Amino acid sequence: MRIGFFSDIHGNREALDASLAHAGKQRVEKFVFLGDLVGYGADPVYVVERVARLVEEGAFAILGNHDEAAVSGVGDGMNEYARAAIEWTARQLDGASAAFVRALPMSAMDDDRLYVHAEAQSPKSWNYITETMGAERSMRATEARVTLCGHVHRPQLYHMSRTKPPGFFLPQAGTPIPLIGRRKWLAVMGSVGQPRDRNPAAAYAVFDTSANELTYQRAPYDIEKAAAKIHAAGLPQMLAARLFIGR
Amino acid sequence: MAKGELEPGSDIDGFLVGEKIHTGGMATLWRVTKPDIEQPIVMKVPMIQEGDDPTVIVGFEMEMMILPRLAGRHVPKFYAMGDFARQPYLVMEYIQGYSLYSLIQKAPLPSDEVARLGAKVARAIADLHRQNVLHLDIKPSNVMIRDGGSAALIDFGLSRHLMLPDLLEEEFRVPMGTGPYIAPEQVMKNRSEPRSDIYSLGVLLYYLATNVRPFGLPSAQSQLRKRLWRDPVPPRQLVPAIPPWLQEGILRCLEVEPANRYDTAAQLAFDLSHPEQIELTARAQKTRRDGLPVSFKRWLKSKADNAGPVQPARQTNLAPIIMAAVDFTEGQEALAEEVLVHVKRVLAIMPGVRVACVNVLKLGRLTVTSTLDEDGRSIHVRRLVELKEWARPLGLDQAHVTFHVLEHMDPADALIAFASSNSVDLVLIGAGATSRFRRYLGSVAAQVVGRAGCTVTVVREPRGAQETTDVDEALIDTG
Repeated sequence: MRIGFFSDIHGNREALDASLAHAGKQRVEKFVFLGDLVGYGADPVYVVERVARLVEEGAFAILGNHDEAAVSGVGDGMNEYARAAIEWTARQLDGASAAFVRALPMSAMDDDRLYVHAEAQSPKSWNYITETMGAERSMRATEARVTLCGHVHRPQLYHMSRTKPPGFFLPQAGTPIPLIGRRKWLAVMGSVGQPRDRNPAAAYAVFDTSANELTYQRAPYDIEKAAAKIHAAGLPQMLAARLFIGR
Repeated sequence: MAKGELEPGSDIDGFLVGEKIHTGGMATLWRVTKPDIEQPIVMKVPMIQEGDDPTVIVGFEMEMMILPRLAGRHVPKFYAMGDFARQPYLVMEYIQGYSLYSLIQKAPLPSDEVARLGAKVARAIADLHRQNVLHLDIKPSNVMIRDGGSAALIDFGLSRHLMLPDLLEEEFRVPMGTGPYIAPEQVMKNRSEPRSDIYSLGVLLYYLATNVRPFGLPSAQSQLRKRLWRDPVPPRQLVPAIPPWLQEGILRCLEVEPANRYDTAAQLAFDLSHPEQIELTARAQKTRRDGLPVSFKRWLKSKADNAGPVQPARQTNLAPIIMAAVDFTEGQEALAEEVLVHVKRVLAIMPGVRVACVNVLKLGRLTVTSTLDEDGRSIHVRRLVELKEWARPLGLDQAHVTFHVLEHMDPADALIAFASSNSVDLVLIGAGATSRFRRYLGSVAAQVVGRAGCTVTVVREPRGAQETTDVDEALIDTG
């Protein structure tokens, strides 16, 4: 089974469509959405509806902090751009979309894999995993052999044996990585809709369960169009500008 | 069945276990058979003892990551593996041949034999590096010479795949390698340097040529560090019969700074295959170890060097070997000049390039061709002179250019064989007049394009104005 993992789409329709088309060419049979369907981008309803259809067909979808804020109100810890986008997004979501988002789970187990948006020890705290300590906390909090998450907008891979601190690896797109041996793995997806690793192409990943290989992928998309929509919607200009440079 | 305890007759995932053929420090090797596999195969099983020795486990994990991703005759072919959840194992080809370890008793070996073996191992290392893998434990017992003559590298337990996570990096705080063979940068815990394998091969060649290990049999950490500042006794001091070119090659491999070694294993293989063209430097003439002041300076530097984290990078070949095939037939002068222009362009973007200038001296099929011209001069020598004259405008020093006149009945065969046996990365070859006849019946260039294993650039004579076709109208951008 080849499973595609998509995180942090953030209402970017062009990036989502390009990623799903790219994943189709990678023979992806099952889809997992790791949170933050909305926020920042100009097409939250389209993204929620498309994901909801895929969930009806068997896909997994997990709640992200922007999803939660859009349906339950903005908490602390969001910057002014995020806050402006969330308030705008909340006004866009109709009843059905809001209900779908509100019903999303915090995490899900699938075979030996854990799906969660942020660090797994306390998912509701929305902690970022940016270094080995956070990764270790997350891996120790679960029995799952492989954790797949998002939230950081930069692709990362951690691995940890029973006795030693975790190792960090900066994955390169297109190279299958065997998640081998008697160790735990934690894969942080990049962002589909707002990459911040200086590569503007949409980031996602494919896990092949029979080969036990994870491949990070990049899908180029029509950034001009996504940015023009952000301008047209009256969202902060910076949210459009950063798409071009992937930061 | 307890993990790691196999018995002849057991069945593991359809593999019938036969006799145990080797017990090493970390693993055992068993002959196995499976009905659908005709080739002789072995099963490698890690020896996991009480307390989960991490070295054994992680080394085996690395091998499980790397071996299935390797291909070619310079590694054992991978067949199957079993996970740690049940019974960890790797099934691979049983290599028929002999281990380089068996040659150690016969050391010192004659110099041409050392060079021949060294070229084989260097070619195997080059092939591994092309697949983004560093072996990092090159030593006699990890090199097999196949019955067919080529070298195969075994045991990837300390290896590094530059595109995959390095499980060993985080596990251990001590240098990993085999004491006598480990490169200085490995002592400093750098596991990302392809030229570490060249250093270890240098140790191996030194040992084969002299029957002496250049850095002895170090056991303690401090003894490992000594190679950062103390240079080995020059091989010719131990065995005066060793020619200067071999000492040059070995000592260049053993340079403390990777940048002072061969840039690539392919270049080392090239030099060992063409010893007469090795550029001799002060290394070749060295008669004793460096004096105290030089060693002391290196000692200070070794203290100051602080191996920071090294960014893994894709193993790109920054110092490729290009082959310029030059034809001096009358009427081809302009084409030869154009090949030169293209060599210059390659040099402009890749200054580390090595250029092998090749000319084929075509022999007659039926008659014994005279190798002397009308004036009684050797045609071979004359061609060499012409080649050197042709390459002079490139302004390359001896370390970056070599000259080869190949005597052969079939020029295409000769060029393709040369490119293959010398790990050439790029061939530049001229294609003669573009008559229909030549185009369809296959020029030498066309045959080289069709059969060479590397990239080939076909160079044409500069086009005359009358030959250009106006195609703009056919290529209107409809976007």
